[in-house]
Amino acid sequence: MIKLTIDNRTVEVEKGTSIYHAARKLDIEIPTLCYMNLGDLKIEHKPGGCRVCVVEVEGRRNLAPACATECFGGMEVKTHSIRVLNARKTVLELILSDHPFDCLICAKSGNCDLQDMAIKMGVRSIPYQGEKSTYKPDFSPAIIRDMDKCIMCRRCETMCNDFQTVGVLSGVNRGFEAVVAPAFERDLDHSECTYCGQCVAVCPTAALTEVDHTTQLIRDLADPAKKVVVQTAPAVRAALGEAFGLEPGTLVTGKMVAALRRLGFDYVFDTDFAADLTIMEEGTELLDRLTRFLGGDKEVKLPMLTSCCPGWVNFFEYHFPDMRDIPSTARSPQQMFGSIAKTYFADKIETHREDMIVVSVMPCVAKKYECTREEFKVDGNPDVDYSISTRELAMLIKRSNIDFNTLPEEDFDKPMGESTGAAVIFGTTGGVIEAAVRSAYEIHTGKSLQRIDFEQLRGIEGIRSASVDFDGVEIRIGIAHGLGHARKLLDDIKAGKSNYHAIEIMACPGGCVGGGGQPLHHGNPAIIKARQKALYQEDVNKPIRKSHENPAIIKLYEEFLGKPMSEKAHHLLHTHYFDKKQKDVLLD
Amino acid sequence: MTKIKSLADLKKIKGDLQSKISLREKSDTPEGRVLVKVAMATCGIASGSKEVMEYMIDELEKRSIDAIVTQTGCMGYCYAEPTIEVSLPGSEPVVYGYVDTKKADEIIEKYIRNQELVDGIIPVNYQTIEKDKEE
Amino acid sequence: MHMLVCGGTGCRASASDMLYENLSKEVQEQGLQEDVQVVTTGCFGFCEKGPIVKVIPDNTFYVSVEPGDAREIVAEHAVKGRRVERLLYVDPVNKEQIADSKGMGFYKKQIRIALRNCGLIDPENIDEYLAADGYEAMGKVLSELSPEEATQEMIDSGLRGRGGGGFPTGIKWQIASKVPADQKYVVCNADEGDPGAFMDRSILEGDPHSVLEAMVINGYCIGATKGLIYIRAEYPLAINRLKIAIKQAREYGLLGKDILGSGFDFDVEIRYGAGAFVCGEETALIHSMEGERGEPTFKPPFPAQSGYLGKPTNVNNVETFANVPVIYNKGAKWFASIGTEKSKGTKVFALAGKINNVGLIEVPMGITLREVIFEIGGGIKDGKKFRAVQTGGPSGGCLTEKHLDTPIDFDNLLAVGSMMGSGGMIVMDEDDCMVSVAKFYLDFTVEESCGKCSPCRVGNKRLYELLDKITKGQANKEDLDNLRNLSMVIRDTSLCGLGQTSPNPVLSTMDNFMEEYLSHVEDQRCPAGSCKELIRYEIIPENCVGCTACARNCPVNCISGERKQLHTIDQSLCIKCNACLEKCKFNAVAII
Repeated sequence: MIKLTIDNRTVEVEKGTSIYHAARKLDIEIPTLCYMNLGDLKIEHKPGGCRVCVVEVEGRRNLAPACATECFGGMEVKTHSIRVLNARKTVLELILSDHPFDCLICAKSGNCDLQDMAIKMGVRSIPYQGEKSTYKPDFSPAIIRDMDKCIMCRRCETMCNDFQTVGVLSGVNRGFEAVVAPAFERDLDHSECTYCGQCVAVCPTAALTEVDHTTQLIRDLADPAKKVVVQTAPAVRAALGEAFGLEPGTLVTGKMVAALRRLGFDYVFDTDFAADLTIMEEGTELLDRLTRFLGGDKEVKLPMLTSCCPGWVNFFEYHFPDMRDIPSTARSPQQMFGSIAKTYFADKIETHREDMIVVSVMPCVAKKYECTREEFKVDGNPDVDYSISTRELAMLIKRSNIDFNTLPEEDFDKPMGESTGAAVIFGTTGGVIEAAVRSAYEIHTGKSLQRIDFEQLRGIEGIRSASVDFDGVEIRIGIAHGLGHARKLLDDIKAGKSNYHAIEIMACPGGCVGGGGQPLHHGNPAIIKARQKALYQEDVNKPIRKSHENPAIIKLYEEFLGKPMSEKAHHLLHTHYFDKKQKDVLLD
Repeated sequence: MTKIKSLADLKKIKGDLQSKISLREKSDTPEGRVLVKVAMATCGIASGSKEVMEYMIDELEKRSIDAIVTQTGCMGYCYAEPTIEVSLPGSEPVVYGYVDTKKADEIIEKYIRNQELVDGIIPVNYQTIEKDKEE
Repeated sequence: MHMLVCGGTGCRASASDMLYENLSKEVQEQGLQEDVQVVTTGCFGFCEKGPIVKVIPDNTFYVSVEPGDAREIVAEHAVKGRRVERLLYVDPVNKEQIADSKGMGFYKKQIRIALRNCGLIDPENIDEYLAADGYEAMGKVLSELSPEEATQEMIDSGLRGRGGGGFPTGIKWQIASKVPADQKYVVCNADEGDPGAFMDRSILEGDPHSVLEAMVINGYCIGATKGLIYIRAEYPLAINRLKIAIKQAREYGLLGKDILGSGFDFDVEIRYGAGAFVCGEETALIHSMEGERGEPTFKPPFPAQSGYLGKPTNVNNVETFANVPVIYNKGAKWFASIGTEKSKGTKVFALAGKINNVGLIEVPMGITLREVIFEIGGGIKDGKKFRAVQTGGPSGGCLTEKHLDTPIDFDNLLAVGSMMGSGGMIVMDEDDCMVSVAKFYLDFTVEESCGKCSPCRVGNKRLYELLDKITKGQANKEDLDNLRNLSMVIRDTSLCGLGQTSPNPVLSTMDNFMEEYLSHVEDQRCPAGSCKELIRYEIIPENCVGCTACARNCPVNCISGERKQLHTIDQSLCIKCNACLEKCKFNAVAII
């Protein structure tokens, strides 16, 4: 242990502790801008670049960045001497001098770390006016880059490179022109971006935001000729409340449904319905592969990988195209929903698919891209017309004068609003595979599960392994969230070192609860864990907790699809993957 | 080339090389030859030392003067590039600055042939540690 | 007999050309043309005492010779063989007359250690290096010293890093030697980036083997078997010579396995840099070598703990390495006897700017700026007045007349607000506007900042903009306060050395030339007459003869006037190109 004084108060810390963390022990919150620490998710970003957290260290020539400077015994730190206060404010003024002053109309207004800092420091004028950096805005199907607003905190780079190992974003150019961009300053659409949206999730300003679909949505809702159907992903209900001042982890399923109805959707459905459907298809596929494998079939590809996460799908299409026959061919719940809505359900309400708008509310920005994929269109008409994020929904609710917190609890519409506890945990890491195991076990063994909760599959570790006893057959399961962790598992498979039968992969930290379209966590990982806990609670609350017991799903097979993996199911609910490495990214 | 296998080996080779090179450096034997060193660092080459070196090699041969022309690094007189150092047998080396082919011709004719100094000498104003050793 | 008459600018300004004519005439009159040749030479670098006449073979050195002295020199020295005592150089210390230039202190002012072989050997021939004691130090270290002893020798020598930081080299080696690791690296920093500095290039071009030899020694001391030379791709000749040197050294077994039978393996590879100034900073350099973006990271960890590929790495610059073999050949004690108490040995400087002898010099630490500029450098060009000298490259400060007698070493330069840097030395005369000089350096740092930390990325740009405003006469006094505050904050908060020192040119010019800043701000006037927005060209009616030369040469036709009539300049069109002033033979164009 090391003893030091901060602002004349003594504190004892472990060797290797930064001044920032030592100060927090004394409840001194040194302001930071570029620093980010996502605790249990093992993401610490401390480039020491913004220089807002500088403090005075006795005997040191210059000021020290609190986030990156380690404490030493006998250190004397001053966090608010006049030298520090002046330097910190000047540095902030410099950052602001190269930032647009369009706060009033900015996408992040009121939710911006830089704005908060300016308020905290009491900046009232910028003495250092001058040229501002300007860059061409970049509009991709999911993410908008407005680098005029970039403050070079480089958090997005850490997410993109270190956590996701996607490697699209990095610092380019020098000095005043330095900016974060894909190589050769290409558009995201011409890069290997997976649209996971983790860059958007951590951007302190509006340099990285999602594509806005609310304007189109308002137009469609107002069009009497259109039947507008909405589906909401499981992770949305555990996070939407945060936008209305509720504690992280507050479940707002009923209020959310009520709000959607008031917004004017004709049918308020649940992606969870499609999640149950996914389990039927994916679980059957897994069982099929397993049975063949156990029967000695050498051709069968194992482990089978999940395929619900569009960021993950993009990732293996770019980085592991030669392994694209390993993931399940099951479409994601969003797309299964769209496909069923525009066939089965459209028939039921006697509407043409052209007259139906399917909107999804997702914790995700990659979903915006996923619904634009050509293979998910019928004669140019997409199964899912567009996807809005949890944040966009919150904004729309506020804009429509709906007092969210006083709304009654309402239920989803039928039939596509019926779901099970297995579906709701799709929103967290480990959830999809747990849901699959619940059904696969019962279908395979023909026995009823004694305990539905598979605690061994839960947690927040980046890579987890567990085995489940399928009546004497040990099924080995791997779980990864974060594409960097996924890459490790894939490398193992490639090297023949993997002995899993099934692997669940989610691109975002914590799974969809930590998605790029969720209310911003502002660097607080506890929020993600609270959402995760809420989903497991919702699971327990549900009367039915196994996908194959969902009566609406059973009916869907009876009335429409036949059985899982049937030809119709194959046509509507399965997909194929592309080798995007071949896509010549060097030619526009 | 053979490998040098030990420190003793290295010292022996150095001894051999030194006598060979000092023959060239000091040129104090009667049959000593003229040594011309052309400063061929970037500063020299940029100012045309390559042409000067080629000219010296060609002309000395044409005019049947037994001389060795070699290249060397920057002598530090970058303001006066191209610079060449001419050592005549038995006399101190003389450095000439701003040498072009015309000047080179004059140096060959007047200095190398007749030991007459030519305008444009750069006075050497440093001591190498070699000299220091002699003191 | 030869009489060498200095033909440098300084001496010529003191009528050395007339002296040359007189001497030639006298020689002819005395009928000595067969025996005495009069030749002009380049600058002796001793302009303070010019014109200089040197007589050989006896090396007599006459100073402050006037044209009228020609007769006496020829009559006395050439005819009677007697030196003209009154024209001899008087040693300023012991007041003795010195006749032989070899005995003069001036010619001992340069000592070449790092540059010892530059201009002496053929860099593409390893034999010449071997003949000049090459690889002997390495041989001695590998066969006779333990790594600890060899490191101790380096510590004892007192050698400090020549790349700018001035960190004791031996201590750096010792730290790296004590970190246990399966693989360590020796890196030679040849990413010379200071504008005007080119000593590292010269060493690599003139004496590449000295660096290779030093790297082997360094590797032996710290336990590294791999050396990397990080060199900017803009140095093709140096790269080429290094490649030849590496090849030859390998062929002789001086690089590779079991060097000189010692059992020690070491080899060297070349890595190319893309010419970013910031990659001279060691952490940025290492990132660049790893294929990452060349930008600095926070220290600790230091490269000695976690450097190239996460392994302990010792980074030294070219000039530092070039000193190493000599230290082992001649001993730490010998090296430590040169220089000042805390800065040992010599330093190479690249003299540039308004100085007669632009070039590379190597001087012992402790020499004064005055000796460097006025004696070795030959003084200011065209006899103009000395204004300032900028040392330490873009990170250094501008020093003035009052600093000229400061002995140059790491600590003294820091104390007076500049720094040693890598040894750039740019001399400025009365025509240089100090605000513009600061602006010039900021322009460089703005361009070369990596952009990682905000004070350097944005702050330097704002500093540049403030200076630009001042040079255009658009600034007020508040801007000067902002300029100073901003400079202090950038210095105090930047991540690496680049930002921490980039305000130095501003702060040092503000400290030393405040009146010049005030002239720009308060009177909208540039005292040096160099800020275009603040000057105008006027024709002086008394001097104008109406020759039309100015009007004919004006590129924008803004000068009007009939032949033999007074001309006038249309200020609204004038682009201040200076052509009229250059063309006027009657001093009738003036900068107001």
